[in-house]
Amino acid sequence: MALVAMVLLVEDDPSVREGLGLALRRQGHDVRAAGTGEEGVDRLRESRPDIVVLDIMLPGIDGFETCRRMRVQAEVPIIMLTARGDDFDVVAGLEAGADDYVVKPVEPRVLEARIRAVLRRTISEPSNVERHGTLVIDRAGLQVLKDDAKVALTPTELKLLLELSRTPGRVLTRQQILEAVWEHDYLGDSRLVDACVQRLRAKIEDVPSEPRYVHTVRGFGYRFGPR
Amino acid sequence: MRTVFRGLRPRLMASFLLLTLLGAVAAAGASYATARTLLLEDAQDGFMNPFVDDVREYAPRLTVPPAQQDLDDFASFLRSRGVVLYGDLRSDNGPDPSFIPQEMRTALKDSTTVLWQRRTDMADPYVVVGIPLLKPDGSRTGVEVWALTDLGATQRAINSFSTAAWVGVSLVLPLALGLALFTARGVLRPVRRLGTAARALGSGRLDTRVDERGSDEFSDLARTFNRAAEQLEASQAASRRFVADVSHELRTPLTAMNAVTAVLDEDADTLPPDTAVAARLVSAETRKLTRLVNDLMEISRFDEGRNLLELDDWDIGTAVRDTLAARGWTTSVDAVLPEGVVGRVDRRRLDVVVANLVGNALKHGGTPVRVEVRPGVVEVSDHGPGIAPEALPHLFDRFYKADTARSRSEGSGLGLAIAWENARLHGGTIEAANAPSGGAVFTLRLPW
Repeated sequence: MALVAMVLLVEDDPSVREGLGLALRRQGHDVRAAGTGEEGVDRLRESRPDIVVLDIMLPGIDGFETCRRMRVQAEVPIIMLTARGDDFDVVAGLEAGADDYVVKPVEPRVLEARIRAVLRRTISEPSNVERHGTLVIDRAGLQVLKDDAKVALTPTELKLLLELSRTPGRVLTRQQILEAVWEHDYLGDSRLVDACVQRLRAKIEDVPSEPRYVHTVRGFGYRFGPR
Repeated sequence: MRTVFRGLRPRLMASFLLLTLLGAVAAAGASYATARTLLLEDAQDGFMNPFVDDVREYAPRLTVPPAQQDLDDFASFLRSRGVVLYGDLRSDNGPDPSFIPQEMRTALKDSTTVLWQRRTDMADPYVVVGIPLLKPDGSRTGVEVWALTDLGATQRAINSFSTAAWVGVSLVLPLALGLALFTARGVLRPVRRLGTAARALGSGRLDTRVDERGSDEFSDLARTFNRAAEQLEASQAASRRFVADVSHELRTPLTAMNAVTAVLDEDADTLPPDTAVAARLVSAETRKLTRLVNDLMEISRFDEGRNLLELDDWDIGTAVRDTLAARGWTTSVDAVLPEGVVGRVDRRRLDVVVANLVGNALKHGGTPVRVEVRPGVVEVSDHGPGIAPEALPHLFDRFYKADTARSRSEGSGLGLAIAWENARLHGGTIEAANAPSGGAVFTLRLPW
């Protein structure tokens, strides 16, 4: 199943830009490229891509700052390219709002799989609108309301919330969440889950440090349930 | 003898003992000799001087030649301390003249001075004194006064003095021994510490330092050792930094090349034959190079201590089963994976270790390859030719190849080194050995 998307590739090295652009185009994607973070932010505004592939080491504003600026503008999924695979880079990238990351040198196969996973739309379900406290989850319309106002969630955050709220009160391990939301077949990086939960809490909880909806179960994972 | 005195401690102790013994014996001997002389002279003089004085005092009153009565009076005057002889006459009182040695008797016949002799031919030492009486003109009168005094008491005093000296020496020896031990410890402790540190340094722990406080020769040595260790560490850090930098610089071009390998592979069929071969070669080698650089980066992260453990409780049997399944090894590996063996591990790192060990066994060992999970242990064994004994200690070295005939291995040459680092990060070990029944056995032990 070909999943064609518009990809914004932000990468300063011309060869990498060209090589990755070629590989992505061969997969059927429409690729727009930018050489700097500033250019990337401008392109995001103009071309409204489905996904951003963002290098961390950029001249001018770096990948983290670029990621933050993009997040302000849109709920577009962002995949980071980390050069070192350093824990610091990964954590900083996830904190800046990235949905996933790929370590250089990138296997095109892996990048393609990650892009597909992030892009795969959550299938709307013909179920009723659920109300959890002040939170309304509309599985058919794929939107979330809090105090009757629409909450702007990225696709990954939405998928995470739908997955957690499917079984209120039940604990899901990080690994289960990774497989369901990120489609990492096995041994994913559980920090992806933690970072995404933080972002989700910032949007749906009244006090993110005292969550009502997404509870941490130490040593296991997360549990959904309004208290 | 040589083996006994090879260590510094016995040598020091022997030297101390010898020195102490010599010193004590010399001191005791010298003071004994001096004391003996002094005591004996004192005893002799204490008897002889007043006696000779008495004889001199009486001498002018004696009628010469004397009669028996004169001799008796003389002896009485001397309070019978001596016997007075003249020719064949002798005084009635005083000791029997048989004590007088014949040679002294003869010698005194021609002497005009007092003769005395210390003699030891009886149980106790004694002194014999012979005094010739002279006329006012200095010629002999023929009258002789003989006396003897017993030195037994003095000798006993001297003996007890020497006993005390020996007791003193024997008391000092253990003290010297103790002092020798104490000194040896003071000397040997820094030596031993330095030895331990040098061994640690030699085994690769370059952050080893020794205490360099103080201002003696050992502190100097310790400082020198620490400087050397610092330089070693700095040069190792520099070379590791270099590897990390090189790998990092390779990443960007490799990313570009890697991105298009799939294109090369897909289109190779449509290319002229030579170009197709070239394209496939470039594609395959690019992927190998990517693996190598990735492994180098991973090793660099271990060297710089940037790899962290993400520990969680996992069912080890399930984790190993997942590792085998993810790589399509389920059918080629004979797995004994009981459920319920739970360990606190970093699952991704455990996956790396098991994948490396099993991959290695499949590549170099012979089938069937067997994986067994036991509490605290994951064992991977094969039925191949085993490992050459000389290769065993180096299997986990970087880029070590047990089979030198193989110019370049399929992997990066870092797989086992990375597995070993991962085990070490867990506080565990990997052992390589040959099974008695043949084949290689790799045992991963983790403290879970």
